[in-house]
Amino acid sequence: MGVGAFDGEVGLVTTTIEQAVNWARKGSLWPLTFGLACCAIEMIAAVSSRYDMDRYGAGVFRASPRQSDLMIVAGTVCRRMAPVIRKIYDQMPEPKYVISMGSCATSGNIYNSYAVVQGVDRFVPVDIYVPGCPPTPEALFDGILKLQQKIMKQRVFIKSPILGATKI
Amino acid sequence: MALHPTAEKIQGKFPEAFVSSKEWRGDLAVMIKKEAIVPVCRFLHDDAEMNFDYIVHVSSVDYPEDAERFEVVYEFYSIRRRRRIRIKARVTEEDCVLDSVTGIWKGADFMEREVFDMMGIRFNNHPDHRRILMPDEYDEGYPLRKDFPLAGKGWRDTFEFITEGSHKKTT
Repeated sequence: MGVGAFDGEVGLVTTTIEQAVNWARKGSLWPLTFGLACCAIEMIAAVSSRYDMDRYGAGVFRASPRQSDLMIVAGTVCRRMAPVIRKIYDQMPEPKYVISMGSCATSGNIYNSYAVVQGVDRFVPVDIYVPGCPPTPEALFDGILKLQQKIMKQRVFIKSPILGATKI
Repeated sequence: MALHPTAEKIQGKFPEAFVSSKEWRGDLAVMIKKEAIVPVCRFLHDDAEMNFDYIVHVSSVDYPEDAERFEVVYEFYSIRRRRRIRIKARVTEEDCVLDSVTGIWKGADFMEREVFDMMGIRFNNHPDHRRILMPDEYDEGYPLRKDFPLAGKGWRDTFEFITEGSHKKTT
């Protein structure tokens, strides 16, 4: 039996600890309750019963950054909000992931204004960018599934380069 | 065209302060001199026939070509009489100061602060004269002025709260 194989008859699974840890991590992504603009409405829709984000283990929205693994930046990031976002990002325990949801959080969208940050990646590292204005719940799920693929490639016991640089 | 009765009353009571009035689709707008803003507003608020007891908004307009560059626009509503009036006053760029109407309507407090924050027009006797939307230490000017660059002057791209090395992820 090789690594990652399943023997149905004996009831054995062989895997590496690393894979087991990553599997547990990807299946319990607890997002932070955090919405900035209209994208948050789609995020809320994604969690509710019609779409049910809990299927991916990412439906347990926490009210505290100290209990969350995933920050979904859903909406336009104003410059005055930026230090707050950075602070709650810093308060999240490692390992932590960031999804930039929608074109406003990704690039500022049409808001080329004195008050709107031109992309949240200017002050927090972003793992997954979800395009759309706003993205549909399905698009957000695609982002979460992509993040899960990314987590499965993560090294747990060896220091790896910055996660944002890894390719899926 | 004959003046609107309300405009006529204002003109009769404040002949020096009255500049012009205009009615368009049932909306009355009266232009007055900025020195008279408090007495005129006091009259509109206190007079039993006027009875404008509610302040709808205070806003401002920038006309860069005009000698009196800024226009401050007040809108009042009489809840009992179900009437609206718009009062306008012009100020110059060098002397963009008006008297505050917070002594008449307390609700003018935040609106005048917003006008100050966005357009740089100051209000005498305001109880809490600070910026309201932009941070207190913001020093790039007044964003809604026409000569202010659309993308600002760099504030949106400076993130002084990020300390050295804190940007990097460890895992």
